[in-house]
Amino acid sequence: MDLRLTIAQTNPALGDFHKNLDDHLRQIRAATAEGADLILFPELSLTGYFLRDQVFDLGIDANGPELEPLRKLSMGISIVAGFVERAADGRLYNCLGFFEDGKLLSKHRKVHLVSYGMFDESRDFAAGDEWGVVESRLGRFGLFLCEDIWHLEGQYLRILEHVDAYLIGSAGPGRGVGPEGASEHPDLAGQGRLYADSAETAPEFESVRTWRSILTAAAIHGQCYVAWANRVGFEDGIAFAGSSAVHAPSGAQLGCIAGLDEGNLTVRLTGDELFRARQRTPLLRDARPWIVAKALGVRCDAPPANEPKGSVPADPTSASD
Amino acid sequence: MNPLDIHPALVTDVLVRFLREELGSAGFSRAILGLSGGIDSAVSAALAVRAFGPEETLGVLMPYRTSNPDSEAHALIVADSLDMPVRKVDISAMVDGYLDQESVPEGMRRGNAMARARMIILYDLSEEWRGLVIGTSNKTEMLLGYSTLFGDSAHAVNPLGDLYKHQVFQLAEYLELPSEVIDKAPSADLFEGQTDEQELGFSYAAADKLLYPMVDLRYTEAQLIESGFDADFVRLVAKRIIRNQYKRVLPPIAKLSHRTINQDFRYLRDWLA
Repeated sequence: MDLRLTIAQTNPALGDFHKNLDDHLRQIRAATAEGADLILFPELSLTGYFLRDQVFDLGIDANGPELEPLRKLSMGISIVAGFVERAADGRLYNCLGFFEDGKLLSKHRKVHLVSYGMFDESRDFAAGDEWGVVESRLGRFGLFLCEDIWHLEGQYLRILEHVDAYLIGSAGPGRGVGPEGASEHPDLAGQGRLYADSAETAPEFESVRTWRSILTAAAIHGQCYVAWANRVGFEDGIAFAGSSAVHAPSGAQLGCIAGLDEGNLTVRLTGDELFRARQRTPLLRDARPWIVAKALGVRCDAPPANEPKGSVPADPTSASD
Repeated sequence: MNPLDIHPALVTDVLVRFLREELGSAGFSRAILGLSGGIDSAVSAALAVRAFGPEETLGVLMPYRTSNPDSEAHALIVADSLDMPVRKVDISAMVDGYLDQESVPEGMRRGNAMARARMIILYDLSEEWRGLVIGTSNKTEMLLGYSTLFGDSAHAVNPLGDLYKHQVFQLAEYLELPSEVIDKAPSADLFEGQTDEQELGFSYAAADKLLYPMVDLRYTEAQLIESGFDADFVRLVAKRIIRNQYKRVLPPIAKLSHRTINQDFRYLRDWLA
């Protein structure tokens, strides 16, 4: 593997597929002209994020005509972009597509829909149930959508597949504007708890600091590259935190798009660096997946009863509650 | 360090972008807001000036005949420090026209009438100014319900609604607002000698110290009392939050169809913005 990856930190217009597509095409052409081999866009980059009832209007066939312009441009550069997939069975997925050589080579349907706090994805989307691997001519990749990387399952399965890089599309809002450590741990009992000095902490959202920890750890655990494309902009007052970054297999940050502006970042990923990292710390060689398999086999013969596996969405007009 | 402390530079950056983007998506690049001479409207004005420029941000002074003259003086100091234009509309005749006709007694009803008169003026002038009304309500007063429904709580966008009063003060210091507005006791100035803290019966500092673990961190009343907060104070604040929920949401709509606005007709305000 030896490739130039471009991350596009964009501000998608909410619900305006064509406007967003035009922006994608412009950025893809620019990245191609600059010699990039692969371009990664954020989660739902073609539609915007807090879609609610617009999910119904924006769902498209992953191989449908709407995505033809991306397929066409993927002759010159591999493209990862986010959209609402409308499956043949009527289910709607939060989907990340990998386009290469004129076709949709692979796609990832978000497995870990986020439905707590400010999020309500499970109301609008069906959950994906696969952790596939993209076998690209550029390398082996694992696609993740935002919350997917906060869970360990997807990472672990991709580790076992020896992927070269995690490609994460994300629409991560900025939350927490206090100094590091302070707001999560208020000094309720007046014990004089010590906090990090705000003067020494770069002003960044707490949620971004958490993301950086996750990206660093994911790279180290996976001994692979980790690329995170997080969007910017506002939707009804909610700021998306940007700060997209690429981490090396050592965990070190190779580059980052500062803050809340649109922008892009290009880094070189090499098989040589992967090889060296994996020699120095041979975590993959020493993995013991059969122990995990044995334990999981005992714990989960079947998904829990409330998992809506295989069910077709109910007819809204016949809902009883 | 106070666990409520914020990075004021980060917050300023986010709020300036918020104002630009939310007004921009509605097709506007000018702002209008009431300048009361208090800290909240001063901070909102400073943010709007950073977002749109001083010439594009109009401060409106709306004194009533019993208003403290300091309020107007401080509002002018703020406007002057931000180099922004102001417009003064005395609301006495407008408000008294109704209050006298209906013999409205002293007290809350009169205060609410003033707050709503100011809303009418701001929304009318926003047409002339071709700008949107910027809110000045902070999280502390929104949670406590210390506002007039369809009065000061009416605005197009609100940059301060997720900041506790302590954090508004921190932002005011960072934005280098005049000491006159930072150092004085907060007051709605709806009757003579009024201060918010006197009327509420507790200080903003005490309220913030409780609201943060109660609301943001979701500690239970029992846990808060156990950790040393006064039990009556905890219950009083909890009750205020619940009792005033109606001020923070749109009025309920009786559901009849399969698709009811805000229930299962769900779109952001930024829909196709």
